[in-house]
Amino acid sequence: MRRTDLEPVLEAKEVSKRFPGVLALDGVSLALRPGEVHALVGENGAGKSTLIKVFTGVYQPDGGELRHQGEPAAFGTPMDAQRAGISTIYQEVNLVPMMSVARNLLLGREPRRFGVIDAAAMNGEAERVLAGYGVDTDVRRPLRTLGVGGQQMVALARAVSIDARVVIMDEPTSSLEPREVETLFGVIRRLRDQGIAVMYVSHRLDELYQVCDQVTVLRDGRVAHTGALADVERLRLISLMLGRDLNEVRSHGMTRFSRDRAAADPAGAPDGGESRRSPAVEARGLTRRHVLDGVDVSVRPGEVVGLGGLLGAGRTETAKAIVGALPLDGGQVLVAGAPVRAGSTTAAIRAGVSLLPEDRKAEGIIPTLSVRENIALAALPSLGRAGVVSDAKIDRVVEIFMRRLRIKAASPHQLVSELSGGNQQKVLLARWLAVRPKVLLLDEPTRGIDVGAKAEVQALIDELAGEGLGVLLISSDLEELVEGADRILVLRDGAVAGELSGDDVTEERIMATIAEQSDG
Amino acid sequence: MAELTTRGGGRVAVLKPRVFAWVQDYGVYAAVLALLLFNVLFTPHFLDASNFRTQLVQVTPIVIVSLGMALVIGTQGIDLSVGSAMSLAAALVVLYLGYGWLPALIVAVLGGAAVGAVGGALVAYVNVQPIVATLALLVGVRGLANVLVPQLVEFRNPDLIALGSSSVAGIPVIVLIAAALTLVVMFVVRRTTFGRQVVAIGGNRSASELSGLPVRRVLLIVYVISGLLAALAGVLATARLQASDPTSLGLFIELSAITAVVVGGTPLTGGRIRVLSTVMGALLMQLLAATLIKHNLPQSWTQMVQAVIILAAVYATRERATR
Repeated sequence: MRRTDLEPVLEAKEVSKRFPGVLALDGVSLALRPGEVHALVGENGAGKSTLIKVFTGVYQPDGGELRHQGEPAAFGTPMDAQRAGISTIYQEVNLVPMMSVARNLLLGREPRRFGVIDAAAMNGEAERVLAGYGVDTDVRRPLRTLGVGGQQMVALARAVSIDARVVIMDEPTSSLEPREVETLFGVIRRLRDQGIAVMYVSHRLDELYQVCDQVTVLRDGRVAHTGALADVERLRLISLMLGRDLNEVRSHGMTRFSRDRAAADPAGAPDGGESRRSPAVEARGLTRRHVLDGVDVSVRPGEVVGLGGLLGAGRTETAKAIVGALPLDGGQVLVAGAPVRAGSTTAAIRAGVSLLPEDRKAEGIIPTLSVRENIALAALPSLGRAGVVSDAKIDRVVEIFMRRLRIKAASPHQLVSELSGGNQQKVLLARWLAVRPKVLLLDEPTRGIDVGAKAEVQALIDELAGEGLGVLLISSDLEELVEGADRILVLRDGAVAGELSGDDVTEERIMATIAEQSDG
Repeated sequence: MAELTTRGGGRVAVLKPRVFAWVQDYGVYAAVLALLLFNVLFTPHFLDASNFRTQLVQVTPIVIVSLGMALVIGTQGIDLSVGSAMSLAAALVVLYLGYGWLPALIVAVLGGAAVGAVGGALVAYVNVQPIVATLALLVGVRGLANVLVPQLVEFRNPDLIALGSSSVAGIPVIVLIAAALTLVVMFVVRRTTFGRQVVAIGGNRSASELSGLPVRRVLLIVYVISGLLAALAGVLATARLQASDPTSLGLFIELSAITAVVVGGTPLTGGRIRVLSTVMGALLMQLLAATLIKHNLPQSWTQMVQAVIILAAVYATRERATR
């Protein structure tokens, strides 16, 4: 704040970037000044990674201007950006794991004698530099023997030692121990005092408020807010990220959820309270280092349980853990009271729990196969006899679901990869409904699909719950969550931060729960 | 979406992708037919039964091996160990010939299946890259075969010799076996749960895992089938030679098999298996070599023309993937 008079070292002015079908950045302006730690926040698809890639020369902007030290700059390649003193520390450390710590640190700038690398000088130099970063290790050992935190420090030290004026950190603490986080913050503060500009990307609000001075919030490719972080209280920051105006949050909106189904009203449930009380699926103490910390979730038949929280809070991981697709350090999943074999999606599906994954393309569709085969995939063993598939049975199932979900395809034999996103999503829903699950976990079921398909999917969720299916709904769209779910679990930093039910299921309460200070 | 825009375009714009798609689907059949026609017209004695039969008999081992290779490639894998599995089968079959030809054949085929099981287990359960896992077997298993049978061994078992040289209705038995195996593999790929799972795993492994498919088991079985078919090809080739020659039997056949699969239009990126086209691919390469030799062009010419065909096939397959 006190430095706003300084000239920005790196600045984006009205930068736009278009990809086929989306405007990823829409007139984004952001100035990084020497000696400031600038938080960049936003939910999935807000444009953070696109902006970072523009700053680091991976993408070229389609419109607007990039300025470096006050001069217009064009970084044609990541190398250009590096030469201009812009260094990036990625989530995954981009060093050479098999080479020694010292080689990694000084790669390309090794001290030489008579044209060959002077190992003694190199190791000495490396030890000296790393000591300043709290890394005390034998620099001759391969980098991979260091923990993730240590590797990140090496990456950081390397960035700074090649004369970086700007350091961009993308989720640097996602796999660090608390002690390592403290060391990192110490280093960041030192960089700031040396007049280096730091851009800090993270979803952990506690951390932002500890180290950052400035904040820029991106939403849907635009700047939603920029200014001093101290002037933005937590709740306001969250509402800026999620795009909900605090004063305008209302509980009736544009989604297609009806909210008046039996499940929303336990007393009036047609089949009495008994089946309602015993959960269809129950997960206890799901734990995985750095990711999940003792998450308990249960879903009863006919109930839609929402899973809320910011990106990186552990929502997707919870869903994956329930279906056995995420290796766990601890915890148990029970279906109808009986434990399911851990780490086996096959066992989970057989028990009646299926996951509609978030990443349709990478984890959902089989692009080389037809609509028909994509629908039949999970149910194949039941659609035949003695391992030979029955075309008649498949045709029947495919026809039923293509009609019920109104899947628009030229024919069942069309390649699934030729369909629109919404229709692909319906194909995946059909794949799961064909195995007749008891519980369906839906991870962002309406992301990236058009408005019409979105309403159809939402209506379908309602309808399925009405038929007694248990649903776990993950959505970044608060409105969808509030109107779709009977009960909401809010996750923060891999743990359940709160449970909302009844009249508490509102957007304000979700945001307030996210905003509560986590302990420690 | 892409399809709608294609249809919305002008007549020429519609025609071109259609022609291209036709070439992708049926090009290899057309090429085989064209080559046959050329030979009937211009190559003397081409249709003589003995000549034509020789061509078919020669290509049989490649056809059988490439059936297994097509399955493996369909999973985004590769099996370099097939030639060595053949040589192991050749060694085992003469070692156990004393118990009769059928027990010997069974032992040999089981040996090939074991080679496949080791490769498949490395790929599926230890996550070794297929090319590395099967490369190790390519080297090691031939060594084992050479230890078992250090030099060429001739044999006189009349049944085994008959398997390699007799005919039914003028068609060599081994050609009939290859044809039958082709039909079986086609059925497996198209009509069985296992076959559909193989293709799905090749198309998107993580989606298949999340869909509850037994991914590791399917991968293991695919390599077992490949080893098993290679061993069968090894026994048939040995029967035809009337001698067991583990040192040189099946050398470089993995390359011929991969060529057949690629020329048949199965993409190395997996997710699609074209069985009959693979057989056509093998036939095409064989006919091409025979034609050029019959017309007095040196072997080196054959190789260069084959290279052009491989590149053309890869180009066609690649276009399909990005369409």
